[in-house]
Amino acid sequence: MAPSSDWVMIGNNEAIGLKAIAAVSFERFRQAVIEAVAGEARLSALPVWSPGDSGGLRVIAVLSLPQRGELGLLSAALPDRWPSLTPHCPAAHWFEREIAEQWGLTPEGHPWLKPIRFQPCRRHPDGGSRSACAGLTDFFAMAGQESHEVAVGPVHAGIIEPGHFRFLCHGETVYHLEISLGYQHRGIERAMTGGPVPRSVHYMETLAGDTTIGHVTAYSHLLEALAGATVPARGKAIRAIAAELERIANHVGDLGALAGDVGFLPTRDYCGRIRGDVLNMTAAVCGNRFGRGLIRPGRVQWDLDGGLTEDLLARLDAVEKDVTGAVPLMLDTPSVLARLEGTGVVSSETARDIGMVGVAARASGLECHVCAEFPYGIYRLAQLPVNTWTGGDCAARTYVRWFEVQASIDFLRHQLLELPAGPVDRKLSPMAPESLAVSLVEGWRGEICHVAATDRESRFAFYKVVDPSFHNWFGLALALRGQQISDFPLCNKSFSLSYCGHDL
Amino acid sequence: MLKILKTRFQQKYRTLSYPDGPAPEMPLRFAGRPVLDPGCQAGCGACRSACPTGAIMAAPAGGTLSLDTGRCLFCRACEKSCPQGLIRFSRDHGLASATRQGLVIETGAVQTVSARNELAATLFARSLKLRQVSAGGCNACEADCNVLGTPAWDIGRFGIQFVASPRHADGLLVTGPVTDNMRLALEKTYAAVPDPKIVIAVGACAISGGPYAEHAEQHNGASSVVPVDLFIPGCPPHPLTILDGLLKLSGRITAVENS
Ligand code: SF4
Ligand code: SF4
Repeated sequence: MAPSSDWVMIGNNEAIGLKAIAAVSFERFRQAVIEAVAGEARLSALPVWSPGDSGGLRVIAVLSLPQRGELGLLSAALPDRWPSLTPHCPAAHWFEREIAEQWGLTPEGHPWLKPIRFQPCRRHPDGGSRSACAGLTDFFAMAGQESHEVAVGPVHAGIIEPGHFRFLCHGETVYHLEISLGYQHRGIERAMTGGPVPRSVHYMETLAGDTTIGHVTAYSHLLEALAGATVPARGKAIRAIAAELERIANHVGDLGALAGDVGFLPTRDYCGRIRGDVLNMTAAVCGNRFGRGLIRPGRVQWDLDGGLTEDLLARLDAVEKDVTGAVPLMLDTPSVLARLEGTGVVSSETARDIGMVGVAARASGLECHVCAEFPYGIYRLAQLPVNTWTGGDCAARTYVRWFEVQASIDFLRHQLLELPAGPVDRKLSPMAPESLAVSLVEGWRGEICHVAATDRESRFAFYKVVDPSFHNWFGLALALRGQQISDFPLCNKSFSLSYCGHDL
Repeated sequence: MLKILKTRFQQKYRTLSYPDGPAPEMPLRFAGRPVLDPGCQAGCGACRSACPTGAIMAAPAGGTLSLDTGRCLFCRACEKSCPQGLIRFSRDHGLASATRQGLVIETGAVQTVSARNELAATLFARSLKLRQVSAGGCNACEADCNVLGTPAWDIGRFGIQFVASPRHADGLLVTGPVTDNMRLALEKTYAAVPDPKIVIAVGACAISGGPYAEHAEQHNGASSVVPVDLFIPGCPPHPLTILDGLLKLSGRITAVENS
């Protein structure tokens, strides 16, 4: 179903004047979003900002319409209270909670309205509805004999980020898992407002450290769109090379961690090291294992010169050989598969309803992949195959990762062999004033969406980041239903979501 | 079983010989210990305005430059901005210091920085159990601490181990700027570690707030909440930088003169 004619269509990495985005009444906005998401559209972002002139707040819906390869925009004035979209559009549930928390507003009839980050309210920074302490909020409760709760975190047993998990159990069975985040909140979006400043690009490189390339690419695309320029082909190719290295490194690391969680130690140990070898390839390109300092708006700061391409190709061959030894070893072992199969199932309907993206969505059979749907940079010329799997269980998420590793290795080899000649940078003119742009990137976890608008002085009026984890944390909660607590590490690893990318 | 053995054979023996053998070579483009050329009299200030974190300071009196590696993101913006090329980054991975002041690099000065801790070098010399607390930040510092447990680095060789409970730990390894939302958890975790204990701050965030320094949502690093015994700069520090810091802390390797 095509969305109603109110929507203004733009392409990925395209800028549009703010005035060109249709503003409708909130009621009409609400209906339009509900209808579009019930059709083919994905709700990619729902930014709210205060334009400053009228004192009121505005909301913009950013839809991705994969079948058209376009993004739909629609805006409205946001009232203090509104009938929640969530009962009719579950994919809006986390967005509405975010808006309620950030701006001190109320989506009435939201089924479970509570903070997602425990951050100060933008309108009343000193008070408002902020909880005294992160994690101090209502949780689901269950009564009856043999029912009990298990609380874990924020400090966990391993070297991982902080988050709080509440398992509602009856006997051995988990009825629901509540995930309470926000411990990593450090005010990135707030600090982006009024930029760009020298720190802006560092916020982007560190908002989710394992996705440095993904987020800084989205940021660079956005600034380039607002400045009306793109980088030369060689620069695009180097960005994609870095992005695929990031994908391979993280997937290999996760495959190793999954092996560890099922107790299959050979693959865990090999993958842990192979991941390091891939990070070291990124370090060979730019000096930093996570790709810090490589990508900037309008350019890449390091070229692949002086025999580096040959060096990377040789290292890639070694990685391919090692990883095709290590991963099938695990996937050919019946006891490993028995542990993965049927554990942590998310059906494709559920995945679609709650708006899941990326690896986890593809493992539930959804064919979503920004590189294919809204191709950008070098992906407009070179295809990265989309791999899906059915089942929606830990096994499916493991397979999708493994297929993607193999596809990325092929893609990378091709890019390294066919690297376009020429410069890697372009001079950027200043950003257009009073304009908005959207940038979608397929990070290794899934769809990354950045939306920004400029004010009259071409400064950021707001900067919105939606990490794939934002869409997927609730999927992990649902995957745990009917499982045992002991399945949690496995399910968690199979989703492998970001805390800091969510908390911002 | 045969397949597992065959793969084991193919994957070879990979543990580093360091510190008995040579340190692994750092990538050619790696930004390690910065070197400030004495030629600069803190004239133009281009580096200071390029720096995202205010890591470069002119000394109040004379005007020579200093660079605080505790704030530095190793982004090379200063290096690029200097019209005379007076700031450069060496490939020296050794950056750790037992004092905050030891992280500040002065123009041209020859500095010997100690990272040794008496407690770590005596009581914990053969067994140092650490509880890691991630308190904000971006998870890259955590990732490179995790790496130390993989077979290639194998810090178990030195009796160093990350443990699951603060009750089993001899100290904390803190990453992240200490967000407001993690402050209480960090305090409680610290209190749960039995005395005597040490604290290690890893990464620009944990030392100074890093890219988030001065944000109202965080506390500019671990020292604001707990006493820190070792600072390991970087964003994130290379695993070798972290290992170097841990080995110097326990006196297994000694600081060399840095110039
Ligand atoms: S390398 Fe360090 S000192 Fe230089 S500009 Fe970057 S953060 Fe500042
Ligand atoms: S110091 Fe840098 S790498 Fe480490 S957590 Fe902070 S932002 Fe991330």
